[in-house]
Amino acid sequence: MLDTIVNFINTDIRMMMPILIAAMGLVYSERAGILNIGAEGIMLIGSFAGYVGAVYSGSPWVGILAALISGGLVGILFAFLTITLQADQTVVGAAMNIFGLGLSTTLNRVIFGVNANMPKANAFSTIQIPVLSDLPIVGELLFQYNILVYLAILFLLILHIVMFRTKLGLKVRAVGENPRACDTLGINVYRVRYGAVIFSTAMCGIAGAYMSIAQLSMFSENMVSGRGYIALSAVVFGKYSPLGTLIAGLVFGAGQALQVKMAALQTNFPDELLQAIPYLLTIFALVGVVGKSVSPAAETIPYDKD
Amino acid sequence: MANALEMKQICKYFSGVRANYNVNLTVRQGEVHALLGENGAGKSTLMNILYGLYSPTSGEIYLNGEKVDITSPEKAIKLGIGMVHQHFMLVPALSVIENVVLGMNETKGPMLDLASASKRLTDLAKQYNMELDPNAKVSQLTVGQQQRLEILKALYRGAKLFIFDEPTAVLTPQEVDELFNMFKLLTSEGKTIIFITHKLPEVMTICDRCTVLRLGEVTATVDIANTNRQELATLMVGKPVELVYEKAEMDPAKQTAILKIEHLQTAAAEGVKALKDINLEIKSGEIIGIAGVDGNGQSELVDCITGLLPVQSGTISIDGQDLTNASPKKVLEAHVSHIPADRLARGVLVAMDMSENVLLMNTKRPDFNKGIFLQWNKIHEYTDEIIKKYNVKTPSREELMQNLSGGNQQKIVLGREIERSPRLLIAMHPARGLDIGATSFVQQNIVDERDRGAAVLLVSTELEEIQALSDRIAVMFEGQIMGIVPPDTPIHEISMMMAGIHYEDIQKENAG
Repeated sequence: MLDTIVNFINTDIRMMMPILIAAMGLVYSERAGILNIGAEGIMLIGSFAGYVGAVYSGSPWVGILAALISGGLVGILFAFLTITLQADQTVVGAAMNIFGLGLSTTLNRVIFGVNANMPKANAFSTIQIPVLSDLPIVGELLFQYNILVYLAILFLLILHIVMFRTKLGLKVRAVGENPRACDTLGINVYRVRYGAVIFSTAMCGIAGAYMSIAQLSMFSENMVSGRGYIALSAVVFGKYSPLGTLIAGLVFGAGQALQVKMAALQTNFPDELLQAIPYLLTIFALVGVVGKSVSPAAETIPYDKD
Repeated sequence: MANALEMKQICKYFSGVRANYNVNLTVRQGEVHALLGENGAGKSTLMNILYGLYSPTSGEIYLNGEKVDITSPEKAIKLGIGMVHQHFMLVPALSVIENVVLGMNETKGPMLDLASASKRLTDLAKQYNMELDPNAKVSQLTVGQQQRLEILKALYRGAKLFIFDEPTAVLTPQEVDELFNMFKLLTSEGKTIIFITHKLPEVMTICDRCTVLRLGEVTATVDIANTNRQELATLMVGKPVELVYEKAEMDPAKQTAILKIEHLQTAAAEGVKALKDINLEIKSGEIIGIAGVDGNGQSELVDCITGLLPVQSGTISIDGQDLTNASPKKVLEAHVSHIPADRLARGVLVAMDMSENVLLMNTKRPDFNKGIFLQWNKIHEYTDEIIKKYNVKTPSREELMQNLSGGNQQKIVLGREIERSPRLLIAMHPARGLDIGATSFVQQNIVDERDRGAAVLLVSTELEEIQALSDRIAVMFEGQIMGIVPPDTPIHEISMMMAGIHYEDIQKENAG
């Protein structure tokens, strides 16, 4: 029984990672007042860029770098459209999803062909830590992951501290609530928002690459399959705090882990119902089951200096 | 003593439109200097130039005799200028201390140093007899406390020249007194205050000198000691202004009771004051003014009459027709017109044009309809009539409501409601946020409605407005009416009622 639980938690954490990495970036852009529903599309671009980088260089780290840069570039475009040109964030975000799906699918077919056997990427693998990884229970629970898991959790803690304990974090939170007030205090609202958006899309890129070169070693079309949306939900569920997204990630990851385990058991339980769990949880979160989650006051409202 | 500030020949154009033209402003150190003018006279533009939010088209600024170039708020703050905006520049979701240090360099290593900042803030607050919990959320503060926080924010940044942009608009009378005490304290320390306002009594009470702006130009700078309200009003508006209203004599025999409220009670809920045993009667040709500090049940009373809030017990009738808990539609059909307190939330649809806004109250008029189609040419004609009759300044009737000034929006609401020839006119804060010209226009129209024979329920927090217009004054406190008195009742007695003392007790006190 204990083994089953430990094994389930291990799967939960593995499944959670793409959602968590994207969500911890999105927390920053949402706090700064920009809702990017294009997260899904940007993750797809990241997963393809990561795969290509890893295949051609032979190193998964190059893949991560490629995902980060491609995500960041899309972020610059998104920021220019929504912050400088003040286009509707929802519309641009939706366009980003279509763009991400189209771009990753097309490039995949151009580079690797339609039915050809795709080369296997050199992916991140689980690191075996001597002694620790072999410990009963604790080993499987804590020490049987790839390096990105540890880095992400460490980075998450840093992001949490930055958000709530530093000058930069205060600026990010303030521009998402009342940009005009920030302006009167000499804060450059546009700069903070650009920074937050580009950071969040770079994180989305990495989150996508996590799927293609850490969970798998392969890219497949539309492989992100909704995790971008779940990441957006995780931000709400986690009440717009980095640590909160970790809890949300664990909950949503558990939904997916359950899906994996049930499939392995070959029960008759409908798979679609399990897939719906994260979305049901989001609805619960929005109606206040986890306590009220209040979005930043100026979210989705473009800031016009004059 | 040196001049704290000199602004010379300031011009500012917004895409060809003149907002400030050759404005000269000289402010002496240690004085309270009023910047008086109607809405749109260019007061805020001038101050936003001084604060670095706008850059002037031409002109020069001197601080303490030195020429300065203020290109951003950051620069203005560094030069010791602090501004308390009309709409507070606070982040409600953050704590008091977070708002104070926002944009400042209060760090210890990579981290924010909120602990020592809190200590500094508390010391500063004590020094100025203010109390503020540094860790409280700003959203939990009262309006008065938020304003104090804005002042502290400026003090914390070392401001010596303060700009207050219409600071009294949102305050209760008591809070205004406190603010003026703060003005005195600040100037006694040699700090300088620029006070933007269009309220004449306040200028006369607290200011040393006054610069009057009209249509972007300075009309005069005067010593308050050598002027009076009538002169200031004339300088501001450009022509003599009516400050008192002539009301027609009413024949009591011909006056009939229109609104009758008996033993009205409502339940309390979050943000809703309970009304307790309200009895009120308004006759035709009578204005009843409801005085009281905001939030003492005035809006609940109006909502009960207009059918927006359920009545628990008691009755409301209009012209003898029982309208207790009637739907708003029924109430409107009983010839009730309503000028709501929050114009933008309840009075107009800002994203629609003037015709559409006028139509809202008149969708059923037979001449506006033909089958299922609206007769737009008739509606446009009618709108043009209102625009003309109510002196609305607008490029055309196609203009969206949001592009009009508050005064012109209010004139459209006024026209729409009054043209229905109501039996009962409910006007809540009808002059709130309006300049003196628009205020006198709106108030004159309300008096005209009374003279025509309508019953008027006027709710206002401005005692002056209440006294100028009302035939009788009812004072509300905590959901109850403390007394109904004639308009010439001494101000201090009305103030006592506003603070919760029954009129009978005041009279007993006077007798004994």
